[in-house]
Amino acid sequence: MAGRLTDLTIGQKRAIWAWGFLALPIAFYVAIRFYPTLEAFRASFTNWNIVGRMEYVGLANYARLAQDPAFWKVIGNTFAYLGLGVPISMLVSFVIAYYLDRVHFGHGLLRALYFVPHLTTAVAMAWVWRWFYQPPPVGAFNVWLTSLGLAQMPFLRSTTQALPAVLAPAIWAGIGFQIVIFLAGLKAIPRNYYEAAEIDGAGAWRVLFEVTLPLLRPTIVFLVVTSSIAYLRIFDYVYAMTNGQGGPLDATKPLVLKIFETAFTHFEMGYAATQTVVLFAILLAISLVQLKLLRSR
Amino acid sequence: MKTARTGFWLAALLTALAWTSAARAQVEIEYWQYTFAQRVQAVDELIKKFEAANPGIKVKHTHVPYDDFRVKIAAAIPAGQGPDVVQLFYGWLQDYLKAGLLQPLPASDFSAIEVEREFFPIVQQMKVDGKYYALPTAVRSLALFWNKTLFKEAGLDPNKPPATLDELVDYAKKLTKRNPNGDLIQEGLTIDMGGQDHHWLREVLIRQFGGAPYSADRKTVAYNSAAGIAATQWYVDLVDKQKVGQIGFLTDGVTAFRSGKAAMTIDGSFRLGALDNQKGLDYGVTELPARNGIKSNFASYWVNGITTKATGAKLDASVKFLKFLTTPDAMELWMNTVGELPARRSVAEKDANRNHAKYGPFIRGLGYSQATDFVNESAQRKVYMDMVDKVALKNVPVKDAVAQAAAEEQKLLDAFYKK
Repeated sequence: MAGRLTDLTIGQKRAIWAWGFLALPIAFYVAIRFYPTLEAFRASFTNWNIVGRMEYVGLANYARLAQDPAFWKVIGNTFAYLGLGVPISMLVSFVIAYYLDRVHFGHGLLRALYFVPHLTTAVAMAWVWRWFYQPPPVGAFNVWLTSLGLAQMPFLRSTTQALPAVLAPAIWAGIGFQIVIFLAGLKAIPRNYYEAAEIDGAGAWRVLFEVTLPLLRPTIVFLVVTSSIAYLRIFDYVYAMTNGQGGPLDATKPLVLKIFETAFTHFEMGYAATQTVVLFAILLAISLVQLKLLRSR
Repeated sequence: MKTARTGFWLAALLTALAWTSAARAQVEIEYWQYTFAQRVQAVDELIKKFEAANPGIKVKHTHVPYDDFRVKIAAAIPAGQGPDVVQLFYGWLQDYLKAGLLQPLPASDFSAIEVEREFFPIVQQMKVDGKYYALPTAVRSLALFWNKTLFKEAGLDPNKPPATLDELVDYAKKLTKRNPNGDLIQEGLTIDMGGQDHHWLREVLIRQFGGAPYSADRKTVAYNSAAGIAATQWYVDLVDKQKVGQIGFLTDGVTAFRSGKAAMTIDGSFRLGALDNQKGLDYGVTELPARNGIKSNFASYWVNGITTKATGAKLDASVKFLKFLTTPDAMELWMNTVGELPARRSVAEKDANRNHAKYGPFIRGLGYSQATDFVNESAQRKVYMDMVDKVALKNVPVKDAVAQAAAEEQKLLDAFYKK
């Protein structure tokens, strides 16, 4: 009697067990992740104000998006977060991890200190930084600047400085995680490679570029992809530091905040879904390109 | 044997009768509002009183976090679930009607003539095609808050707040403090478009400078005028010329005033509760300053409406509950719990309320207040925030900033009314 449970091989039984256990999370993901995602694609072709009926409008939302100056503004901001956030956070976290790896006294404590910001609530931290950026005599940064005889800065009240000012605490919180991953990557490099390089008389820079960095490639790929996704989706810091406005004059507004606004203050769910689809496409494209570039060499 | 069977049927019949009569006696209706501690407390107390007076009706009170409120209602009612009686912001009425969420209040229970005689005139915005769709328990308006301690420090009479715009500027200058480096350490007046200032400029200052924010049918922006420009210029001068405040000082106006670092602020009656809980803050409330004898104010309110879900016995119960929510007693309870003002003139303008040290100025302001027909309040507020930021950060001339703001806001109005 083929097909009876008792006739299956041990391997087949194990597979059935595994699928049995996996079925629950799969069903869960399909219901609460994939299905709404597909719905978003559908909604992007409609006008829908949440309360009425969905009205099919074809590609009208996409056409509107292409001509919406506010959309191109937030796309520019989003890529500024990405373009500044990823390289700065990668460089800083690598340098810290590189030297932390060599410190043995107080290593655990230092590592914990760098990791703490990552554990802190983003909104609470954003508010603390908001106060740091206040004009003197309240804001710590401006107090330091003026005590050093430098000019005070408007920070969050400037259309040019506000974006980096919002990005700073996000980077600061993110590097804790990146440092820990870099440390794990560094620990995983076999010592004998270093010993061999030393015997061959390679200098510290040579070892860094010829041994450490190439062997860290999987770590770097992972961190670049995850941090790119994080900076492209930045929202909480901006929301908390600009009263949910992304101001002044939209200077700090990222795409996700615009999606949120379109959906929940303008109640244009269809148009918001269109922007979500665009964000999805950007995330997908950037992740694929990064994986390809960083893996192949 | 026979008696036993008869007894059984009799018992069954009695049980069935008891069930149906219980079902008839117990109509349960649902009431929804957004989560806000004092509002929840007030409604809980009101429901207790209502149920005691109407033994056959039970009211289930549900409160939803503000951010989810509209979405949940929109999803629930078309599905035949959710509230029978619902609280909504006055500015949402058009949206709710378009979506078919509300039914008109029966004219036999809520006559238009009576409503218009009894309630403040702003409530007439709830009348569409001759029918009222919702009524408020309470209304809110704006007033000038001043810090008595800081007035004393500056040598001003702590019991004599400014009554005109000129006095306001004059006092604010005396109340502004800077350290030797010229850095602001105390604001004379808070400058915060993200707070209530956009209402102040829109419905009060523009009118006081001889203009109007909108056309009579409220569908066209009318402040791109000499009066609108003059009012906006006066407002931005508070920072640039009079130097009595700074945008973003201590992050926002409420924080600056609460922490005793701002001497005056313009805010709503809903702020009274929070300020009363602030230890060491000795403040007073007065009517908004006048200009050339012109007084104006901005009022807003939440209303209660009956949803299309309510039919039959539930509709009757909902009507009763809504009537109860708009009784003078309910309004008094609401004022004392939430701090919002009674929507009936007769209740609000009782001498005890009208002369109340803190409610009084708001109530007197209601008599000459305007309620903006917002189509999207946060987007329209942002237009004003951007207008002031353009002047402050980009050196855009005031008249250009006003023209751009008017054009942007007109776009919002057009998008709404052409739908």
